[in-house]
Amino acid sequence: MADEVLDAKGMNCPMPILKAKKALKALPTGATLEILATDPGAVKDFEAFCNTTGNELMSSEQDGNVYKFVIKHTG
Amino acid sequence: MLDDSNAKAMTIIVTKGTLDWAYPPFILATTAAAMGIETTMFFTFYGLQLLKKDLNPRINPLGNASMEMPMAGGHMAMPNIIAAMPGMTALTTNMMKNMLKKKGVASIEELRELAIDADVKMIACQMTMDLFEYKREDMIDGPELGGAASWVDVAAKSDINLYI
Repeated sequence: MADEVLDAKGMNCPMPILKAKKALKALPTGATLEILATDPGAVKDFEAFCNTTGNELMSSEQDGNVYKFVIKHTG
Repeated sequence: MLDDSNAKAMTIIVTKGTLDWAYPPFILATTAAAMGIETTMFFTFYGLQLLKKDLNPRINPLGNASMEMPMAGGHMAMPNIIAAMPGMTALTTNMMKNMLKKKGVASIEELRELAIDADVKMIACQMTMDLFEYKREDMIDGPELGGAASWVDVAAKSDINLYI
């Protein structure tokens, strides 16, 4: 279970990333954020976001039309 | 990954102020800032419109043969002769805004606000201000006024420089 959940469903690029960044900033180092999104571009984008920022992408899953990401605040 | 030892910077020259072209610079600037990249936007010519307090970017498909709208399962372009009629800019701007909203795309107002919140540095071109007779008070607070040298100074120290 993640420490916090961000519902970014219905949002399009770049909003899921911007909202996730804001949510991560408010979390202590080591805490986890779960993000729910419907933007298919978010799959590649969260990988890229974590790659550059150094936050850890712990999981990336798809359940129907909803994408679920868990990011650990390490960056 | 980026940290203090390999910090990156980006600049974007923003030259267009229509509703469609307002998106790429603000999307890229907000995203880069969110990814820890120090970002500067230089607004010149029609791009300066995007710094107005009274922000109202509009669009008209006139002369833009690539602008098709999804319609009844296909795509349709508006003939130039229709796009040239009075009131069409207001109509097509409304259509575009409705489509953006329906697809969950943020408004330009929202993205501009997010860029300011993320400490994206903004420079308004002084020459364009003079040329089109804009006053400082027509523009939002925050952006500083500067010329080409101001951009070159930042760009020379940046890793990514875009012209949009």
